[in-house]
Amino acid sequence: MPHLAVSDVRAKYGALEVLKGISFEIQKGEIAALVGPSGSGKSTVLRALMGLTPITGGAVEIAGEAMNYSSAREVRAARDRMAIVFQQYNLFQNMTVMQNLTLAPLKIKKWDKAEVTSEARRLLGLVGLSDKADAYSDQLSGGQQQRVALARALALKPQILLLDEVTSALDPELVNEVLDAIRKLADEGMTMVIVSHEMAFVREVADKVVFMDNGQIIEAGTPAAIFDEPKTDRARDFFSKILRH
Amino acid sequence: MERILEQAPRFFSGPNLQLLLEAAGLTLAMTLVGCMIGFGLAFVLVYLRQTPGLWALPLRWICILYVEVFRRIPFIVVIYLVLFFIQAVTPDASLFTIAVIAICLYAVAYTADIIRGGLESVPKTQVEAAQAMNLSRLQTNLRIVLPQAWPVIIPPAIAFAVSFIKDTALVSQVGVFELTFRGKELNNQGYSGILVFGTIAFCYFLLSFPLSMLGQYLEKRLATPRGERRSRKIRRA
Repeated sequence: MPHLAVSDVRAKYGALEVLKGISFEIQKGEIAALVGPSGSGKSTVLRALMGLTPITGGAVEIAGEAMNYSSAREVRAARDRMAIVFQQYNLFQNMTVMQNLTLAPLKIKKWDKAEVTSEARRLLGLVGLSDKADAYSDQLSGGQQQRVALARALALKPQILLLDEVTSALDPELVNEVLDAIRKLADEGMTMVIVSHEMAFVREVADKVVFMDNGQIIEAGTPAAIFDEPKTDRARDFFSKILRH
Repeated sequence: MERILEQAPRFFSGPNLQLLLEAAGLTLAMTLVGCMIGFGLAFVLVYLRQTPGLWALPLRWICILYVEVFRRIPFIVVIYLVLFFIQAVTPDASLFTIAVIAICLYAVAYTADIIRGGLESVPKTQVEAAQAMNLSRLQTNLRIVLPQAWPVIIPPAIAFAVSFIKDTALVSQVGVFELTFRGKELNNQGYSGILVFGTIAFCYFLLSFPLSMLGQYLEKRLATPRGERRSRKIRRA
């Protein structure tokens, strides 16, 4: 049974159909990477899974359970199983790092305070920011903020973690610290769907690469199959442009 | 001029000063009470106005209509409307109550737009991050949006209250014993108009100036990034 099964998912922005029937599956502990040109709908897939962009058709299953995005309650159920990290980190500016990590576990999940706090400290250690628990986001670098955002998402103990171009807003020298943190999660067996332009990183960690263009999946397969022997002209064209440097 | 100098000692006598002090207190009280209640209600109005979904469409319209209508009515008309409406319902309502209600109704309409602007100044991505964690709309507003919107809301809200201290002079028209009313009274008693209204003008200045300063202080303080504000506090301690 796949851990995440997305079948024929569609989404619209107004009249514009931005997802024209997306289908892919991943097993527990696997990492799927969505790649493709800007505007191809990669980020929209993640937003649709989180109920941030309404789904207009198709089905989503998590661990065999059907997710139905038709009511606010159903959307909450889907959000309860996943967590997302955004390109721009989106840390809550009015809160410390610790408060960012513990807000939802305490107030929404209603977990035990002592456990939540110690878990938050463990996660800050994992992303190498144990000393920043009391800092506000305006005191942190972009890379630090993104690592906090990663820890914040993990604090929700998601069944699936969604990463939306998490290194795209970072200065080049800060990219690796974030990628290192994601590598650790991969080693821990976290199931992830990532949208990334870091092709070397995708090749290294992903079990499955999904190449998208214009709201559709053009090709999907192992990193080696997609990067080295793309079957379609569009994929070949795209990778020849970005893998050259 | 001679008349003013001659009248001055008598004008600035105990009873007159007490009268003016009480009137100033009344002016300040009704402005602050009216604006604060109005400010609170404006939050409710804005929250209702932002209710999503088709079923809430009439609700949103009512909220928008309220703001648009009250912003286009002269304050003096609002006062008379409230006066006659309240007197029709409860004839023994005090004039002070009527003044506060009128100020309140007016303040809701004006501060609602200030508040809405403030809430909308917080990036939508903050709201999305909260939504993705299943925070409800109320939780998102109270815990995430509002704390970040204060720096944008507070300065114009205080500026509104300060300028409103002056505008409350209009309630003297319905006989509330506030500053301007007492001024007219003293003027009728034969005191020089220049002396009386010069003093009244000074009183209005004394009332609003400290509030303006408070507004400026808060504006500066709120403009400081959170991290710096906190570390400064630690340094001071």
